Amino acid sequence: MENNNRKGWLYLLPAMLFLGVFMVYPLVDVLIYSFEEGYNFASQTYTGVGLYNYSYVLHDPYFLQAVQNTFILVIITVPLSTGIALLISVGLSSIKPLRHLYQTVYFLPYVTNTLAVGLVFMILFKKTAYMDGLVNLILNFFGSASIDFIDGPYWAKMFVLCFYTIWVVMPFKILILTSALASVKEDYYSAARVDGTPKWRIFTKITLPMISPMLFYLIITGFIGAFKAYSDAVALFGTNLNAAEMNTIVGYVYDMLYGDSGGFPSYASAAAIILFAIVLTITCINLLVSKKHVHY
Amino acid sequence: MNRYEKIERSAKTRKRILDIVVYTFLTLWGIMVLFPFYWMILTSVKSYGSYNAERIPAFFTLSPTLQNYMDAFTTVPLARYFVNTLIFTLATTAIMLIVIIPAAFAFARLEFRGKNLVFTLFLSLMMIPSELVVITNFTTITNWNMRNTFEGLILPSVVSVFYIYLLKENFAQIPNELYYAAKVDGTSDLKYLAKVMLPICRPTIITITILKVIECWNSYVWPRLITDNKDYFLVSNGIQEIRENGFGRENIPAMMAAVVVISVPLVVLFLIFRKKIMEGVARGGTKG
Amino acid sequence: MKVVLQDLTKKFPNRNKKDRTEVTAVNNFSFEIPDGKLIGLLGPSGCGKSTTLNLICGLQKPTSGKIFFGEDDVTDLPPENRGVGLVFQNYALYPHLTVKQNITFPLENLRGKEKMTKKEMADKALEIARLVQIDTLMDRKPSELSGGQQQRVAIARALVKMPRVLLLDEPLSNLDARLRLQTREEIKRIQRETKITTVFVTHDQDEAMSISDMIVVMKDGILQQIGKPQDVYDDPVNLFVAKFLGTPPISVFHGSVKNGQLYIGDTAVLDVPGVGDREVFAGIRPEGFVLDENGSLSCVLNGVEVMGRDISIISTHKQSLNTTIRSIISAENKVNTASENVRFSLKPSKVYIFDKATEERIRFPL
Repeated sequence: MENNNRKGWLYLLPAMLFLGVFMVYPLVDVLIYSFEEGYNFASQTYTGVGLYNYSYVLHDPYFLQAVQNTFILVIITVPLSTGIALLISVGLSSIKPLRHLYQTVYFLPYVTNTLAVGLVFMILFKKTAYMDGLVNLILNFFGSASIDFIDGPYWAKMFVLCFYTIWVVMPFKILILTSALASVKEDYYSAARVDGTPKWRIFTKITLPMISPMLFYLIITGFIGAFKAYSDAVALFGTNLNAAEMNTIVGYVYDMLYGDSGGFPSYASAAAIILFAIVLTITCINLLVSKKHVHY
Repeated sequence: MNRYEKIERSAKTRKRILDIVVYTFLTLWGIMVLFPFYWMILTSVKSYGSYNAERIPAFFTLSPTLQNYMDAFTTVPLARYFVNTLIFTLATTAIMLIVIIPAAFAFARLEFRGKNLVFTLFLSLMMIPSELVVITNFTTITNWNMRNTFEGLILPSVVSVFYIYLLKENFAQIPNELYYAAKVDGTSDLKYLAKVMLPICRPTIITITILKVIECWNSYVWPRLITDNKDYFLVSNGIQEIRENGFGRENIPAMMAAVVVISVPLVVLFLIFRKKIMEGVARGGTKG
Repeated sequence: MKVVLQDLTKKFPNRNKKDRTEVTAVNNFSFEIPDGKLIGLLGPSGCGKSTTLNLICGLQKPTSGKIFFGEDDVTDLPPENRGVGLVFQNYALYPHLTVKQNITFPLENLRGKEKMTKKEMADKALEIARLVQIDTLMDRKPSELSGGQQQRVAIARALVKMPRVLLLDEPLSNLDARLRLQTREEIKRIQRETKITTVFVTHDQDEAMSISDMIVVMKDGILQQIGKPQDVYDDPVNLFVAKFLGTPPISVFHGSVKNGQLYIGDTAVLDVPGVGDREVFAGIRPEGFVLDENGSLSCVLNGVEVMGRDISIISTHKQSLNTTIRSIISAENKVNTASENVRFSLKPSKVYIFDKATEERIRFPL
């Protein structure tokens, strides 16, 4: 037993070392940082302890902009992407020929580099002095004037950001939902068919309740993921997100930490903890709601 | 008789209409997904001159050129970014496997005091977003003078609690009898792990490896924080760098060539391991 | 409602995609199910009985052939328009709905003049629930029920819309032995009370024999024999049917017919007048053996099991296809367990002979 004790810990040691240094310690540290006022990165000294960092961050217009952007992004992309993914998955599971081809194609964005493909989206949407870009070509075709989606009005930029975010998160959601749909036993559908249940009723009364756990899982992870949005925005609008009015909370944290406006780990920590609090709250609300509606 | 035929015919018509709607819808989304890829490849083979001469984007080109690919490798150190990412990806994944396999084994197989407590702590770590710990890690790595080194890039990216959990669950499914049989034959724990558990759990290990490789290949935030020397840029940072400082001039075709080059490895990997990757992601991957 | 299957054939593409041949699950099947009867569709697994059931309820379409309900040709009709009730092997109860909601589910689909009010549905559900004796469990979820109770709910759900035909797919296979006995009585009772034509699929011959009005024995998609359970047992048409029915199973010997006598090994054991000389299989039911010191069939005695009313003699014989021969005789007989051999004479009515090549029954006058 004694021997086994030591052996057990020995096997765990590497993992614990890594986790200790790069997860547990930072977790404590970030809390401490967030309360240390006037921290100086070079000398690693601080002047006091208090809530000033939080107050600074909460009054920083860039942060408020980032919070607004993030919330808009979350509210638009989570329901929309989940809904479209559900439609696509239902469509996918109702067909036989070509199903694998479609599934493969739909999964492609998952394995692509967000930054790289973001550039393609930028080119598709961008309006330059010489060329209006492909999307504008389509808009013109429908009689609308060209819009600069990358350097233009706020709503246009937000639209591209949401569009790209949905494009990026879709593969995961489609995959999860198609496998959830496939796991519903064929017998239930046969039983419903023999009873002459209309398609729509089968969907709302059988399919939806059966996949509701997965649906809620997707909504919860969707919320968490969308709150942490960052690289999509960088891909579209470049690293100077504040100037583009397109910063997100995570982007704000990194900007505070590093880069042209960086060097303020205390502010970054405070912002990160605020983000964590928001995500935690939303997740708890989600879990409470799902308890009421998920039937298992 | 006639009544039945009518029911039958209307059911068939309805099915056909529904099929058309479904296929149209699915194809539309398919185009939505594929179009950016098409556009990126198309643009990458248009010559710089002809691209910039376009007032209206052209949907095809009659004179494809590979010049942009040459530019992408010669004007910017794309090959360097590429090799860096390869080293980073392979090293991170390898070290991760070395670290998590014994940990998962200990949790699944060994009995020792405090195991349950530690495991609960591990599980609770799964909920911690990486954004929260990045700040301190940044400071730590800076203090260790590891900025612009591979160690600095790799070390904080190594461990994933989730993969330990996934592997532990898989290990735990192996019946105890196998372990006792091996013990009776005088097999050491380490040998049992290597000769019995790992081969049995190969699918899970492959899944974890692939997921980690994808994650590494696409990682952006941490490398951006920790490197400002181009010699240590990964592809994501490289692309960002190309976008902002690029080829000395706005050379979109060359940029697209670079995008194609860095997208190809994962797409190829995906096409080869399509089934494994999709199963793996369905079992527990998330993006980011 | 009479159900008629006419030349029914169902082929599936081979699972192995490279192999272009088709698998025939049901081959040229014809029979008629009389109105209000309980029919047992019996056969080993993979013989096509579930496919037959799916064809009847419309979940699958036949490759060729026709299906009639009464006078109506329903071959191409979708399942929802056929008016069938189906009970699945694993019940397929909707796990998120209560028993009551499960039972009323089919009723809520009714449209037009059949549409029911909430009250009517509740009454109807209760009526059916009483019939299957689950009326006290209406507000539970399926996961809170025992296997037997789930089974009853599944039957109630299939019955509630008063189907023209009730189909049961291995309804008892998920129950333990005791419940199985109980539930099969129950199914028989419900069927008698409702008088709905019922088709019951099973691989368990005991089950089929005990509750069916008629059994249909299938093998490899081909119908072997139809008839009342006792008739099929007493008069099997081929070796397969003879072996498939009966516990303990029939004992089969290599044998031959010479000069109107059946030989097992070198001994003549029975007169079979009118049968030409040939190689045969001889099947003897356990109750066909009579303990007889002067009997012509001598077997090596292995043991004796006393089962109260009967005793079962276990023996072996060189020519036997079975590893052991089980014979059932009245307990009044005394067996000398010390002796090495045991001798039997045979009851002619319990001995069947089958052609060795075709395995078809060769009849002889008793």
